[in-house]
Amino acid sequence: MSSETQKILTTDGIPLEESLKKAEKKNKIKAFLLVCPLLLFLIITYVFPIGDMLFRSVDDRMVTNMLPKTYQAMEKWDGKELPEEEVFAAFYQDYKLLVEEKTFGKLATQLNYEKNGFKSILKKLQRKMKKFEKGNYKEQIMNVHKRWANVEYWRAIKRRAPAISYSKYLKGMDLIEDESGSITQVPEDRRVHRVLWLRTLEVAFFVTLFCFLMAYPIAHLLATLPMKYSNLLMICVLLPFWTSLLVRTASWMILLQQQGVVNDFFVWIGLVADDNRPEMMYNKTGTYVAMTQILLPFMVLPLYSVMKTISPSLMRAGKSLGGTPFVAFWKVYFPLTIPGIGAGCLLVFILAIGYYITPALVGGASGTLISNQIAFHMKSTLDWSFASAMGLMLLAGVLAIYWVYNKLVGVDNIKLG
Amino acid sequence: MALPKYTETRYRIWHYVYLIFCSGVFIFLIAPLFVIFPLSFNAEEFLVFSDGMKRLEPDAFSLRWYEDMVYGTKNPWGLAAKNSFIIAIFATIGSIILGTTAALGLSSRHMPYKGLIMATLISPMIVPLIISGVAIFFFMAKVGLAATHTGIVLAHIILGTPFVVITVTATLTGFDHSVTRAASSLGSDPVNTFMKITLPLILPGVISGGLFAFVTSFDEVVVVLFLAGLENTTIPIQMWTGLREQLSPTILAVATCLIVLSTLILVTAELLRRRSERIRGINVN
Repeated sequence: MSSETQKILTTDGIPLEESLKKAEKKNKIKAFLLVCPLLLFLIITYVFPIGDMLFRSVDDRMVTNMLPKTYQAMEKWDGKELPEEEVFAAFYQDYKLLVEEKTFGKLATQLNYEKNGFKSILKKLQRKMKKFEKGNYKEQIMNVHKRWANVEYWRAIKRRAPAISYSKYLKGMDLIEDESGSITQVPEDRRVHRVLWLRTLEVAFFVTLFCFLMAYPIAHLLATLPMKYSNLLMICVLLPFWTSLLVRTASWMILLQQQGVVNDFFVWIGLVADDNRPEMMYNKTGTYVAMTQILLPFMVLPLYSVMKTISPSLMRAGKSLGGTPFVAFWKVYFPLTIPGIGAGCLLVFILAIGYYITPALVGGASGTLISNQIAFHMKSTLDWSFASAMGLMLLAGVLAIYWVYNKLVGVDNIKLG
Repeated sequence: MALPKYTETRYRIWHYVYLIFCSGVFIFLIAPLFVIFPLSFNAEEFLVFSDGMKRLEPDAFSLRWYEDMVYGTKNPWGLAAKNSFIIAIFATIGSIILGTTAALGLSSRHMPYKGLIMATLISPMIVPLIISGVAIFFFMAKVGLAATHTGIVLAHIILGTPFVVITVTATLTGFDHSVTRAASSLGSDPVNTFMKITLPLILPGVISGGLFAFVTSFDEVVVVLFLAGLENTTIPIQMWTGLREQLSPTILAVATCLIVLSTLILVTAELLRRRSERIRGINVN
């Protein structure tokens, strides 16, 4: 029998297999076309801009753009001895242009990052330059200040040449690349970022822990109570979940202030003296309390949906086989809830690690987290490339956590209420 | 939850400790919302319970902060509320349309690269808002949509669609595809089938996803702070500014209104969830 005769044909005379494949392909395209609008929209407005952040964070053409002729002239310079007249002349022309445009201050700041001492000699050069004569710029510039005759400073300018630099990432970790190219820590009084990273991790960890400790019992209660009671109590979880974040933060600000309800209560039960009310806001306590309450529903809901599926007869079986309630809980019930614990903890941790609004309002100076720093650089210092670098570092951390979450629980298991 | 008669004393004690702890947590969750309620009716300017309020004197309560919210001179709340509703409504419509079509495609078993695409579509929900805010701001600034309503609506569609995708996909998991095939075999074209058969069945999922998108947009402050100009101020922005500068009782009046709104949304969402479960229950049998 030849293979031709084995094939089943459709009424059109096309082999069935082929016709099925065609239909399958058509369905695939149909499904893909449905997803296409949203996918394209997100890729253009969201995925690419995140890629753009990556570009911005390493983009370092500011100095190169300010000193185009200098860098062109420097190409031939080997960096061992002082550069030739050509480089000095080019630098003079570039700098003159910057002085005319009144943007030389920016250059001074940028070069000062690279090597201390640039600011004063650039200022001096700007003053003396007006009287410069044409020709022999090397001598004239070197006469302005002895540092201009120091090859180290010219090397520092050359080091700024590459258009791509990872210095912002180093800065985000309180590191700096020194003259010899080795990476060292910045002076102790300028180490601000590492503290923030650690504090962010610490706050996220403890908020997750507190949420877990509070959510586990109430999720259990909600899952085991008869429907009519649990539905009523569920409102206590869902109403805060649906209420504006700012409203909840505002209520914590009222509760925790020095003349607030919580302090009133402490005074009333005699825990603290009336004239010695503790400061509970604008510090870490405020951040912990408010964030725990705000993120608690995100822990309760996944735990509840897992506990709901555990049959109560399992606990009864455990007890009837001789286990005490504690043993039955620990050996039977608890292991079954681990998927819910994983989901809840990682959800809360990811949310907490990127928190911004609540810490900014109730955290004070010692309660600010890494996100506040990113917002600060976006809005106040306008150092967007640094903000991008910090944002991407945070994103890398979140994606790593998310990857673990996906391995443990699966993306499809995210439940909303 | 009544304990059996034979329970030993120590387990009885343990049980009561557990119940007390749970009540404490429930109070911790819900009480903060109720503090705002009475204080928003405060006749005085301070954000503490006055002695008059503690004695329940009628003079200590007033509606002056609500009046201030609505009629107050130089009050930003009117403009903010208008902007918030316009932005949230358009963002919700956009999220529903894009999210529902994408969910229909995603739940087809023929969909290629399902995992990767799903991960991309819901990524705005997982990426910390601050990073989304920075990225979206760069994009909007580049295309000239920063400080416009359109820009904010687009940003909120980005943040809102993941919720619609998730809720509609969840509704579609129990969906019996033979009903659409039956409609097609009876001569209905795809659009008609979708409108008459599929949509009514997935409607609860669509609406609850839409509610999530609405709340996300209505409540969103991080991204708007980057994008909004003076003209585009929203309720969250006004609250944020107010809370940073000085906490005035007017904010509490606004907050009370928002709590009432979220209660309404909660009730709707809950009713929809039950209806959806009922419909899906019928489908499965």
